[in-house]
Amino acid sequence: MSTEERSKKLDLNRNDMPRQSPEIRRHNFNEVALGYTQDLAMTEAKRCMQCKKPRCVSGCPVEIDIPGFISFVTQGDFASGIKRLKEKNCLPAVCGRVCPQESQCESQCILRNKGAEVAIGRIERFLADWEASAGAVEIPARPKSTGKKVAVVGSGPAGVTVAGDLIMLGHEVTIFEALHKAGGVLTYGIPEFRLPKRIVAREVDYVRKLGVNVVTDFVVGKTRTVDELLEEYDAMFIATGAGLPWFMNIPGESLNGVYSANEYLTRMNLMQGYKFPGSSTPVKKHARVAVVGGGNVAMDSARTALRMGAKEVHIIYRRSMDELPARHEEVENAEEEGVIFSVLTLPLQYIGDENGWLKEIECLKMELGEPDASGRRRPVEIKDSNFRTEFDALVCAIGNSPNPLIPATTAGLEVTRHGTIVADPETGKTTRDRIWAGGDIVTGAATVILAMGAGRKAARAMHEFLS
Amino acid sequence: MNRVVQRTMIVPNMHLLELEAPQIASKIRPGQFVIVRPDEDGERVPLSVADWDKEKGTITIVFMEVGASTGKLASLKAGETVPTCVGPLGNATEIAPFGTVMLVAGCYGIGSIYPVARELKKQGNKVLAVIEGRSSFLLYWLDKFVGLTDRIFSITRDGSQGLKGHVSRLAEIINGLPSPPDRIIVNGCTYLMSHTSEITRSLGIPTVVNLNPIMIDGTGMCGVCRVTVTGKMKFACVDGPEFNGHEVDWKEFLARRKQYMDEEALPFRRSEPKPAIHKEGKCQA
Ligand SMILES: Cc1cc2nc3c(=O)[nH]c(=O)nc-3n(C[C@H](O)[C@H](O)[C@H](O)COP(=O)(O)OP(=O)(O)OC[C@H]3O[C@@H](n4cnc5c(N)ncnc54)[C@H](O)[C@@H]3O)c2cc1C
Ligand SMILES: Cc1cc2nc3c(=O)[nH]c(=O)nc-3n(C[C@H](O)[C@H](O)[C@H](O)COP(=O)(O)OP(=O)(O)OC[C@H]3O[C@@H](n4cnc5c(N)ncnc54)[C@H](O)[C@@H]3O)c2cc1C
Ligand code: SF4
Ligand code: SF4
Ligand code: FES
Repeated sequence: MSTEERSKKLDLNRNDMPRQSPEIRRHNFNEVALGYTQDLAMTEAKRCMQCKKPRCVSGCPVEIDIPGFISFVTQGDFASGIKRLKEKNCLPAVCGRVCPQESQCESQCILRNKGAEVAIGRIERFLADWEASAGAVEIPARPKSTGKKVAVVGSGPAGVTVAGDLIMLGHEVTIFEALHKAGGVLTYGIPEFRLPKRIVAREVDYVRKLGVNVVTDFVVGKTRTVDELLEEYDAMFIATGAGLPWFMNIPGESLNGVYSANEYLTRMNLMQGYKFPGSSTPVKKHARVAVVGGGNVAMDSARTALRMGAKEVHIIYRRSMDELPARHEEVENAEEEGVIFSVLTLPLQYIGDENGWLKEIECLKMELGEPDASGRRRPVEIKDSNFRTEFDALVCAIGNSPNPLIPATTAGLEVTRHGTIVADPETGKTTRDRIWAGGDIVTGAATVILAMGAGRKAARAMHEFLS
Repeated sequence: MNRVVQRTMIVPNMHLLELEAPQIASKIRPGQFVIVRPDEDGERVPLSVADWDKEKGTITIVFMEVGASTGKLASLKAGETVPTCVGPLGNATEIAPFGTVMLVAGCYGIGSIYPVARELKKQGNKVLAVIEGRSSFLLYWLDKFVGLTDRIFSITRDGSQGLKGHVSRLAEIINGLPSPPDRIIVNGCTYLMSHTSEITRSLGIPTVVNLNPIMIDGTGMCGVCRVTVTGKMKFACVDGPEFNGHEVDWKEFLARRKQYMDEEALPFRRSEPKPAIHKEGKCQA
């Protein structure tokens, strides 16, 4: 395609992905975004300028050959497209759905200036879904065994990536997972309507088929310690995520009806509470739900509460709409579905009834002051602006830090004062011999693609060590 | 996947479950618990471990049938499997040569305190046991305690064995001893643990309880098991389940345990109607 041809074709109509309408989807747990048809995917792919020096690639933490896989889509050669994609990303169906594309690959696309960046994530998702529906998933032959054994702790995106890479390099890999289902946050946290669990199950099944042994119901640090496992394994990768929920340390946080986002979402997702009373896990019906926080976790909790039949759901966030850390798309989805944003609001205390159930929340109004260290304008309290509102449930979604279980039971494994494991950013090597780490346990709560990227880098370093 | 070696009813509503779990059996300490899922869509049920056999690779649980999930466990047969049995979870009961230790147990706690007695004895303590229940026919394992304890007292609500009444009679038992015990350890229903703590607070006897809040993961991830201990939030699954009974906020603890009472009572969740054994969060056995 010559430059001339291309500019003639400059197409600034970004193709939206069909979605369930807000009135309907707020009552069900089916996926919100329905996916591209082949035609739509090809039309969108054709908008890509096939840049010689593609800026989009530098925005992707795992440096996918974006123009490469998109070019195959324009030709309708989906099989080659998915192959190209999978050279760098073993979880395209997941990343295509949950990557914050607007601040990664798509933010760097040259068409962004014209407000019409190529919908890279959506095309990525299309290819992954096409592969699955065509039943075309290829299981590559396993290379000759090196006889080396690797233990991976945690089955989230970091663990699954490292396992997939190392098994294809000939090592024997076992994943140890504390919960009864593999997948990490993808399984217990992110809700069905954003990331269907069958997709996560498919990805985990894929590494199983590659030959990875996935052991669930095994808590490293309890069932066996890191050191006990190292007697049997040559190397270990720790990918236990950031699963310890924060509370605000204000009065009333142990009232009934007050949940951590982890409890709320785990109950609904991992324990299938969203099917209650069809599930064994009991779930409370709540009429007015407040969600404290402004990230993806808060949006997921708020939208789940709506779907569970709450009449009114509020996001309570201490900064303004502009500072919400959640993905733009998810904020928009939440607004459309009817979530009410009470921004510039800070909870002070939760007030209960005589039986210990949440009844009211007392908050303070805030205003934006000078920018703080993060460059965002700092929220400042407005004196005497206290007010109370009735709520019968509150979900605390203000963040998570790493679970201290493994560092606490492993001598010599250095952690930062935030509880994250100290690891070389290039290789994932920790301060302990034969142990690597990556994902949220090293970075603190981050993203799926960064966790995967860390897994990939560590796999390379571990392979070098094992060879 | 863990195979059921045996499941028997030892007294009405109280069952013994022996599971194949070699890794847990080789590692577990008194006071720790496991989480069991009775079937593929089942809840994660936290249960203390009452005995284990390293050589055979099995663990034994004593549980009371109170609702849907324990109901499913109660219908297991030898040779069947449960999809999840994970552990050992929580911290072990602190055991040292304390001197004289009094164990107070009721309900499933009679089972779960047994390994505590065994270890205390091994470490040279004088061990006294107070076993509590509604009636003599609901007490079990007393024979297992005989060699381990220097004295066994029982309290039954109907007076069919030992003292008649409630755990409130504990004060009389303690006052009747030549000297008060150096420590008291309580296992069983919330009511028993909170009342014992109240009684021993005024007597100034250090008292340890093994809490049983609602749990999901058991690894410190969800926070549903939080309890307030001397004003601080603790997660029972990782910071406990053992705590100083005098420092626990019992009012809050009792309220939190009742969170799902209405939902659990939904009739269609039960395979068959069960007698109300836990009423208002109190053990009626
Ligand atoms: C509700 C929610 C929504 C999110 N939305 C997005 C999004 O839209 N886009 C995005 O990019 N990111 C999102 N994230 C963040 C993203 O999910 C995480 O950054 C990512 O999952 C981290 O991967 P990981 O492999 O490091 O750990 P995790 O996914 O946290 O997996 C860790 C696993 O280790 C297991 N484990 C922990 N301790 C032990 C132990 N001692 N022994 C054995 N196993 C153990 C855990 O059970 C868990 O399964 C979201 C997070 C949450 C909670
Ligand atoms: C560390 C720990 C150790 C325990 N050890 C034993 C034991 O050895 N033997 C035994 O019989 N029981 C034990 N329990 C209590 C046992 O977990 C509950 O009785 C069981 O979960 C009830 O489940 P269900 O579905 O049959 O009853 P449900 O119908 O769910 O509930 C009946 C009653 O149990 C309470 N309850 C419900 N879910 C839980 C839960 N996950 N954890 C605690 N209480 C709950 C409810 O508030 C209600 O009062 C222990 C609990 C903990 C946390
Ligand atoms: S993995 Fe994420 S950042 Fe990379 S191209 Fe795909 S959607 Fe973009
Ligand atoms: S920057 Fe945009 S237009 Fe250029 S190759 Fe990447 S996706 Fe295509
Ligand atoms: S049971 Fe989830 S944190 Fe304790």
